[in-house]
Amino acid sequence: MADNTSMTTDQRNIMKFDPKAHEIALSTEDLHVFYGKSEAISEGDLQFERYKISALIGPSGSGKSTYLRSLNRMNDRIATVNGKIMYRGLDINSNDIDVYEMRRHIGMVFQRPNPFAKSIYENIAFALRQRGMNNKQELDEIVERSLRQAAMWDQVKDDLNKSALALSGGQQQRLCIARAIAIKPDILLLDEPASALDPVSTSQIEDTLLELKQNYTIIIVTHNMQQASRISDYTAFFNLGKVLEYAETGDIFTNPKVDLTNDYISGNFG
Amino acid sequence: MNAKRADKLATGILYFVAGLVVLILVALLGYILVQGVPEISWHFLTSPALAFEAGGGIGIQLFNSFYLLFLALLISLPISLGAGIYLNEYAPQNTLTGLVRTTIEILSSLPSVVVGLFGYLFFVVQFKLGFSILSGAFALTVFNLPILTRSIEEALANIDDNQREAGYALGLSRWETVTKIVVPAALPSIITGVVLSAGRIFGEAAALIYTAGQSAPALNFSDWNPFNISSPLSPMRPAETLAVHIWKINSEGIMPDAKAVSAGASAVLIIAVLLFNFLARWLGKRLYKHLTAE
Repeated sequence: MADNTSMTTDQRNIMKFDPKAHEIALSTEDLHVFYGKSEAISEGDLQFERYKISALIGPSGSGKSTYLRSLNRMNDRIATVNGKIMYRGLDINSNDIDVYEMRRHIGMVFQRPNPFAKSIYENIAFALRQRGMNNKQELDEIVERSLRQAAMWDQVKDDLNKSALALSGGQQQRLCIARAIAIKPDILLLDEPASALDPVSTSQIEDTLLELKQNYTIIIVTHNMQQASRISDYTAFFNLGKVLEYAETGDIFTNPKVDLTNDYISGNFG
Repeated sequence: MNAKRADKLATGILYFVAGLVVLILVALLGYILVQGVPEISWHFLTSPALAFEAGGGIGIQLFNSFYLLFLALLISLPISLGAGIYLNEYAPQNTLTGLVRTTIEILSSLPSVVVGLFGYLFFVVQFKLGFSILSGAFALTVFNLPILTRSIEEALANIDDNQREAGYALGLSRWETVTKIVVPAALPSIITGVVLSAGRIFGEAAALIYTAGQSAPALNFSDWNPFNISSPLSPMRPAETLAVHIWKINSEGIMPDAKAVSAGASAVLIIAVLLFNFLARWLGKRLYKHLTAE
């Protein structure tokens, strides 16, 4: 397949939305990401529709995580990100943007669960309190609602003061999702959120995401193609720092237009 | 020799070496404790030292040691915390910060008698602080800063980067993330580091001989105004500590029971340092447990 790879990298098929029919939550224009001098993303212009799940797939090192982390500028101190990231008519990649404020609109969940070394309650309430919310009743409500949305309220409602580090890996990851949605972001970025979890926890996380889709725009990086096909509405295929194909998930998995996409999803490389 | 025999031999040698280390430590501790513990009494721990007659205690020296320790930590902890946070969380990784790190390492291996003589020239003479608790506390700070800074920096470096990312992803600033997430998570090891360094300060003599002085004037324990020179809290009075006292008795003590006082004082010092070490482990474990599980 190696020969095939070099032959077909020019082939691309990137869907663009009709702005009249679809509401765009986030889009990138002419995005380039560099680690030092090496270019990690050279062609990665995508649009993400509101209240949909968009999956980013591709082999290791294809740049999908780099792309995702650029969207809420988590790469700021690691990489150079050039180009525009448009959110509500604003280029959030510009220097004038208050990054901290922006990240309250574009939340993120990471590959390895990373709860704080605090209680379950405090994991969620902490960021809210840092922004001046001190009303106990209001905090209680948000904690409960977030945990319910992350489908773990019934399991932990009696243990809210226990340390979050005592939870299982799957519960920790759902707590991280609860923590991310507690500050009511618009968009939720997830970087392989289930790759460190067992199949049961994975399917619970997937159910949670399908629920969350009603109120959030979700962009998820995944290694797991079944996962992408199960939960996403749109799928983008990354290879060697370029988006080669972006289309409705059904089309990508049944009728890919780009040969490399076909090779990847049929398990021929990656 | 085949691999199995070589392995057996190596294991044997390692056991022997480790056993030797433990044996030396136990023998040393045992000797000091056996010699000293019988001398320890309430009277010994609380009464002032007597220069020419038997029956003196170490009360003032003991108080001085704790007071100096307190002041030294009061000065060095905030500085070390700031420096540790800067080095681990803010400093760019370039030659300048590399130089700072090397400097800190060199400072931490400085012989304490050199620190003491520097303290004498700088604090006692140049700044005219005299032989005083303050001079001693500053000298101990010089002695303690590099080690404490290193241990705080390491405690922070051991906190996984994903904790910082979690903070940023919630829209917290770097300062909020560091002070509210990273430092609290590192607190168990920071406290362990502080208590261990406290043990080192407590047993330090050479850095204090020329700074805090070698005399322990009588204190008026009913006067807690730090501005009165006879008050225990006065930072301007000379203050011989326990470790300095032991050194002094052994070099020029003329009281008839010098040997007994020295043995008792040594035992108290060793016990205190051991307690600091156990306290450090206990506190660190407890805090860690508190953070990770209920």
